[in-house]
Amino acid sequence: MSSLSSTPSTAGAHTPDTATGESGTQPGGRRRGLGGASKRGPDGMGGTLSKIILLGLVDAFAVFVMFQLVANEDWLVFGVWLAVTLVINWIYLRRGGLPAKYLAPGLFFLALFQVFVVLYSSYIAFTNYGDGHNSDKSAAIEAIQRSATVRVPDSPTYDATLLEQGGDLFLLTTQDGQAMIGGADMPLEPVEAQMEGDQPTGVEGFSTLNFSDLLSRQQQVGELQVPLSDDPADGTLRTQDGSRAYVYSPRLAYDEAADTFTDSEDGTVYRDNGEGQFAAEDGRTLQTGWQVFVGTENFERAITDPELRDPLIRVFFWTFAFAILSVATTFVLGLLLAITFNRATLKGKAVYRVLMILPYAFPAFLSGLVWSGLLNPEFGYINNTFFGGAEIPWLTDPWLAKVSVLIVNLWLGFPYMFLVTTGALQSLPEDVDEAAKMDGAGAWRIFRSIKLPLLLVSVAPLLISSFAFNFNNFNIIYMLTGGGPRFDDTTLNIGATDILITVVYKTAFSGVGRDYGLASALSIVIFLIVATISAISFNRTKALEEIDS
Amino acid sequence: MKAKTLGGAPRRTLTLAATAAFSALALTACGGGTGGGASSSAPAGSPSSSPSASQDLTEGGSSTITMWVDQNRQKPLEPIVKKFQEDTGITVNLTVKDNSKMRDDFITQAPTGKGPDVIVGAHDWIGALVQNGAIEPVELGDKASEFSETSVQAVTYEGQTWGVPYSVENLAILRNTELVDSTPETFDEMLAEGQKAVDAGEAKYPFVVGLDPVNGDPYHLYPFQTSMGAPVFEQAEDGSYDVSQLAMGGEAGTAFAEKLAEYGTEGEGVLNPNMTADIAKEQFNKGDAAYFISGPWNVDGAEEAGIDFAVDPIPSMGEEDAQSFVGVNAFFVSAESQNKLAANEFVVNYLSSEQAQDALYEEGKRPPALTASFDKASSDEVIKAFGEIGENGVPMPTAPEMGAVWEFWGGAQMKIIKGEGDPAQTWEKMVSDIEGNLEK
Repeated sequence: MSSLSSTPSTAGAHTPDTATGESGTQPGGRRRGLGGASKRGPDGMGGTLSKIILLGLVDAFAVFVMFQLVANEDWLVFGVWLAVTLVINWIYLRRGGLPAKYLAPGLFFLALFQVFVVLYSSYIAFTNYGDGHNSDKSAAIEAIQRSATVRVPDSPTYDATLLEQGGDLFLLTTQDGQAMIGGADMPLEPVEAQMEGDQPTGVEGFSTLNFSDLLSRQQQVGELQVPLSDDPADGTLRTQDGSRAYVYSPRLAYDEAADTFTDSEDGTVYRDNGEGQFAAEDGRTLQTGWQVFVGTENFERAITDPELRDPLIRVFFWTFAFAILSVATTFVLGLLLAITFNRATLKGKAVYRVLMILPYAFPAFLSGLVWSGLLNPEFGYINNTFFGGAEIPWLTDPWLAKVSVLIVNLWLGFPYMFLVTTGALQSLPEDVDEAAKMDGAGAWRIFRSIKLPLLLVSVAPLLISSFAFNFNNFNIIYMLTGGGPRFDDTTLNIGATDILITVVYKTAFSGVGRDYGLASALSIVIFLIVATISAISFNRTKALEEIDS
Repeated sequence: MKAKTLGGAPRRTLTLAATAAFSALALTACGGGTGGGASSSAPAGSPSSSPSASQDLTEGGSSTITMWVDQNRQKPLEPIVKKFQEDTGITVNLTVKDNSKMRDDFITQAPTGKGPDVIVGAHDWIGALVQNGAIEPVELGDKASEFSETSVQAVTYEGQTWGVPYSVENLAILRNTELVDSTPETFDEMLAEGQKAVDAGEAKYPFVVGLDPVNGDPYHLYPFQTSMGAPVFEQAEDGSYDVSQLAMGGEAGTAFAEKLAEYGTEGEGVLNPNMTADIAKEQFNKGDAAYFISGPWNVDGAEEAGIDFAVDPIPSMGEEDAQSFVGVNAFFVSAESQNKLAANEFVVNYLSSEQAQDALYEEGKRPPALTASFDKASSDEVIKAFGEIGENGVPMPTAPEMGAVWEFWGGAQMKIIKGEGDPAQTWEKMVSDIEGNLEK
């Protein structure tokens, strides 16, 4: 018995990796197979050679990247890169430690694609990253200055030629027919220039820059501001293309020492308010801010702000209901069909099976769109054909919408369950069946007491991963109902069929303003829920196996 | 095994050393190239001998700018890119990017300095792009007068121009000329006219407008809202919006809400929540609808379906002009671009050229923003009509505050259209919700 039951269990443990591919919650305790296969090492000459070549390639790449990191002075990433490279070399060059040699690539990618993502999301969850808090403070100050520096209305266009002397840039132009020159610390003043028609082309002692010279000094050209006169209120000349200059004056002046912006019209002073924005005393803020740490504010908001908390609680319960019901309905239907089509005597099985798998072949988001058309109350096929033109509000009534989502997800999800249960059923030993019959058990009894438990041992991990997948089944919800119909008692765009992940998406990418901080905080909560449930469930299935054997 | 592993170690060290040496050489070579470029340009001195200029640029490493475009706009831009390269030696890499992801990806990537130098997008992105410090103002200078007034207004935000416009989109009435002869000036008259065709058994619907069953479609209903005197924000003389002054409330707003209910499912049923954009389009293209409010994007479909149609101004529901939102497509320069001068040169002096705007028109069939190109495109009656109706329109507000408006606007309208609750109350709640959100 033990040998029989262990066969499907190993098969089950490995199927999630290949069949589902979407879940990041693979069990940690299933590496027995790896240890067993690791008896032979790369003993021969060829093995050593390929090891050297492979490691050489990895190191070549690592060193190449490290040179670039040094050039960019990106020391933190450089340090991590160096450490990882050293560890990899140490693992593969030392004697022994075979398990590490096998696990290292997997662990490396786990760290890169899972651990890093989780850590980075956790970091964002404690910041106010989002619209208006997109970058760091110095970038925000630059952006504010940029949008506050406006062209003086009705001011003329100046033809500009750029000159260079001792590494500094100067601007040559004409004012009332007179050639003028100016630099960053030198207000515009008359100068004797070489002329070509009305156009000054150069000045003694300065070298004229042509377009290609300008291109190699783009940043410098962009930063050049030439005061029009000694009075700063007259504004400054700037050029964006090196051939035309305009007069600009700032609406907001930045005082670097005090770290404040002052409105040049009404004198309002904007100070750093500690929340990643410049704010005046009456609470007005400048629209561009920067990222700051906000501690647990995002998490607190999710549980204290009634606008967010109340709908979130309903969404939370619906997410569980949706995930559990989705798994249950698809599993039951899939299993039923699998048993039906598993009969040896059935003709044309291959055809039926292919038909059965068809919904699985459609991309989920496409099916969502198609179904939302089919379910249209007035024009949809369902109402017109099956309900004689009754206008049943499939997607706009809160309860019916939930039912519709489940039905469509059943249509989408049963082929997968059908596939895996068919596979599992076929691997069940026939002799158990016969033995039970000899003991006088009926078909139902055989199914309930023998087949189902055996089946569950191999399918349970798949049910768990299916739960995790449905818990975050974004496509079906977003494409079918968009989360609607909306709740009436909140001003946020959250509705009756929203699950946690669609709320996260809406928070992060649409609506009033994108709020990556809050979205990350909610993602972390989802991650913790799914991870906990998966861990507990996998432990339980392990227990199931042990009892069974 | 033991001996081989030991033997492996020094050999590996050699490999490492060799790689390091090779990389170092490669890098030094690059550095040398840059130095050479700079020194060779210094004695050259004399301005603009074109071949040597482009050579310098290539060696200087600043000769490439990256631009994000969507699939449709890649082809028409290629000749301009080629001309730009011939003239200046600067290569423009056109990277095809899905339009729906462009704005957010750009905002996320800009601060890292690794984003593109130029992007193409809708003018109503400007608010968010500026708020996040992602784009650089573009000075059109004297060129501004070469563009249609609405399009320049649209790319102006907080007193600055932020992009170079190239096409204008707005709504109009598509009229099935086989069913109805003209579009009257008021909404009721239009319905009556369309109803005649319905009564004659020639059509099923007098008028169709696409609505989302959950979020309605304030964009398509906006001309009717403005005709009732309830624009979204107060607008200054120069066309700029004062986003602190929401103008949707008050008597005009509630009057519009009452109208929505009147034409909604519990009333005349002209505004049908089940009539999604796709279905509305299908009905018109089948010849089942007399009038259809839509934009240039549905013109191709109607033509392919063989419908004879005319493009007419939108009738008023109330006393005032029905003004459509105008959307403008434009080119923007990244604030974090390392090649601002080159990007500016390309955007301001090349993409604003007649050749570029003509090519973009040929591909997209939207009225060009450049007046000279528009005049040429006006030989097409449909484009001409859309362009002229657009002159009467208002630019869609670009301020980030608009997010709060969109959030509540459509949901409330849909509720009223479905006849749920009191129209005036629903509308007032919407206004107070938006105001509450704007104050946050």
